[in-house]
Amino acid sequence: MTPTLQLFLFVSAALFCIGLLAALSRRHAIFILIGIEMMLAAANLNFVAFWRFSPQPQPPIGVMVAIFSIAIAAAEAAVGLALVIAIYRHYRTTNVDRLDQLKG
Amino acid sequence: MSWIVTSLWLIPAAPLAASLIILSLANSRRSAAAALAIIGQIAALTLSILAFLPTLQAPGYRSVHNFTWFTFGEQALRIGWVLDSLAAAMLVMIALVGLCIFVFSAGYMADDKNLTRFFAYLSFFSGAMLGVVIANSLLLLFVFWELVGLASYLLIGFWIHKPSAAAAAKKAFITTRIGDLGFFVGILWLYGGSGTLLFYDGGKGCLETAGLLGLGASATFVALLIFCGAVGKSGQFPLHIWLPDAMEGPTPVSALVHAATMVAAGVFLVARVYPLFSFGAIDGVTPSLVVVVSIGTITALMASLIALGQFDIKRILAYSTVSQLGLMMVSLGVGGVAAGMMHLIAHGFFKALLFLGAGSVIHGCHHEQDIRKMGGLRSLMPISFLTYAIGMMTLSGVPFFFSGGWTKEEILHATAHWHASHIPHYLMLAGVVLTALYMTRQMIYIFFGNRRAASENVHESPPIMTLPLIVLAICSIAFSVVLTPAWRWLHSYLTGEPAHFDIALLVQPMLFVSLALVAVGIGLGFVMYGKAGQLATGRVRPTGGQNRHRTAEMDPLERAQPALFHFLENKMWLDEIYDRTVVAWSRMAAHVSDWMDRHFWDGLVRGFAGLGQLFGIFSANFDERWINVRVDETMTGTRRLGRVMSAWHSGQIQTYLGMLAVGMLALLILYAWLA
Repeated sequence: MTPTLQLFLFVSAALFCIGLLAALSRRHAIFILIGIEMMLAAANLNFVAFWRFSPQPQPPIGVMVAIFSIAIAAAEAAVGLALVIAIYRHYRTTNVDRLDQLKG
Repeated sequence: MSWIVTSLWLIPAAPLAASLIILSLANSRRSAAAALAIIGQIAALTLSILAFLPTLQAPGYRSVHNFTWFTFGEQALRIGWVLDSLAAAMLVMIALVGLCIFVFSAGYMADDKNLTRFFAYLSFFSGAMLGVVIANSLLLLFVFWELVGLASYLLIGFWIHKPSAAAAAKKAFITTRIGDLGFFVGILWLYGGSGTLLFYDGGKGCLETAGLLGLGASATFVALLIFCGAVGKSGQFPLHIWLPDAMEGPTPVSALVHAATMVAAGVFLVARVYPLFSFGAIDGVTPSLVVVVSIGTITALMASLIALGQFDIKRILAYSTVSQLGLMMVSLGVGGVAAGMMHLIAHGFFKALLFLGAGSVIHGCHHEQDIRKMGGLRSLMPISFLTYAIGMMTLSGVPFFFSGGWTKEEILHATAHWHASHIPHYLMLAGVVLTALYMTRQMIYIFFGNRRAASENVHESPPIMTLPLIVLAICSIAFSVVLTPAWRWLHSYLTGEPAHFDIALLVQPMLFVSLALVAVGIGLGFVMYGKAGQLATGRVRPTGGQNRHRTAEMDPLERAQPALFHFLENKMWLDEIYDRTVVAWSRMAAHVSDWMDRHFWDGLVRGFAGLGQLFGIFSANFDERWINVRVDETMTGTRRLGRVMSAWHSGQIQTYLGMLAVGMLALLILYAWLA
């Protein structure tokens, strides 16, 4: 079974759906963050796959951009975790169902 | 010597600067103020003499310095100053006479508590007049002209606590302003016609051929309008009424107004713009010159008649000034510009002398001005008497020794050769008799006869006052050297011809005519009043207070012709006529405008205000009943919508995320379906 673009896209779509499912169904804030990270990973996978199967793939470009994206994701995760900690300290909970102060 | 032309402005600037410095002094720095004023005047005199010297070099010397004052649009307004024989002669006369008056004032006003203010105004007055003389632009001349008017207002009303002084100052200012209105319109017309207000500008000035041709026939009207200004300033017939009232000011001010500054300005103005008057002359006669002669003749005769009926020492002199100015106007009008200016300059000396003499007499008589209360001052005030007599004889036109005689003779010559009419000539001859008559009357009342009420405890004035008198008296006599027909130096100097000396010309037929006329005048005076003075003194005892009311004795003329005398005593009722007519009309016009203002214009304004209020009420109602309701409805709707929308916001971020996902999915499906 040779790797094709379709296969990669299929895996990436699956990964994205799992991530989305996690982000939507879990009640714990950290799990939601993990779900979001998974969706991001799916997007990165997509990106690398498209690069690899482009007509003339130049060695560093696609990988570099993916690594760059991962670095940004790390920063974002740090911000997310900091938010979670701040929320926990304030509300003494990380259950997102209970955090409904934005209710209209 | 061109530096003096470019720095000619220093001459008026010196007294003006002195005036400013004096104004900044404390009121107690009295001697400093007097000294500063005199120093400023000496500086002006020195510079004037320096300016006078180059004009001697060549006959008809004229040098101008013009520059641009400011530019508006494409046109540049240019002003400048001119140095010619006319200006130079006037400069020296004004500065010299002014200096004498300044020195005299230091003595006369020594007791006044506002001495510093007085000297500041005096310097200002002198500076403004010097500015009039050097101006080479009608606009610049007008500026200084108005400054002269302002200064005269300040000085006539110097004793502002006296209601009569305040009224006289106001009268002088307003009356001259009427003339100045015409003058100003004339300036505008001249500028419109010739495009320049410079007198001499290398052939392009408004008094030179090009400018005059540009004006054409309207030169007559321009000349007459400018003459209006001269009529106001020089106290000519319809507007002369302010001049006798100007006697309310301190006596040195009267001297300055009547001799060196103010009134000389009008005659000088006519002489300065003479080409406008004489433009297009046939045999030396133009319509505008005929007007000048007529006004001058009326003024000269009327004023010398009125002088016969006055009892105030200064008023008599005031009317004599009016009549002499009329004489000068006649002279200018008949073409004797040089003769008129010569008389103006001579008049400057002897009229200053007479006024300062009168000031000395008033000072000696403890500020009494009624000549009926004086008398017999001859031996008490010998210097004043002698100098006053010299002034009187100069004014009367006694020939040979006194400058006034020669200049008057010159004027009579000019009138005799006028082509239009001989009436002015004969009327002027009558004027000579009248002048001699009223001056004799005044002399007899003041200096002859026995002593009357005000003559008690009279003392001669201090040297600071008599010295200017002596200087002016010497000037009045010595000045005649350059006036005689044998050596008409001043005449030639003013007309720009070389002077000749010819002793044979000294004795002219006119000399005997004027000698005879003056003799008639003085003789008549002695016959009429000599006896009156004796009678009066016989009746009044020299002591006691009861004789004060006895001084209202009858004047000989009053006894002979009561009606005529009252007519003259009341100044021909001209003030009353003006009161009934011009003043009453303007007062009526003021009342009418007041009524219009209160009832008509006010009503109109109130009507508009009511309309505005109505509109306001209407728009307020519209606002509340219509716009407010609509706005409220919109607000209710928006609030309701907001409530519905806010129900969708659960605050659950996972719901939001789910919606986001559903939205994405919907977009994807839409994209796939469209592709």
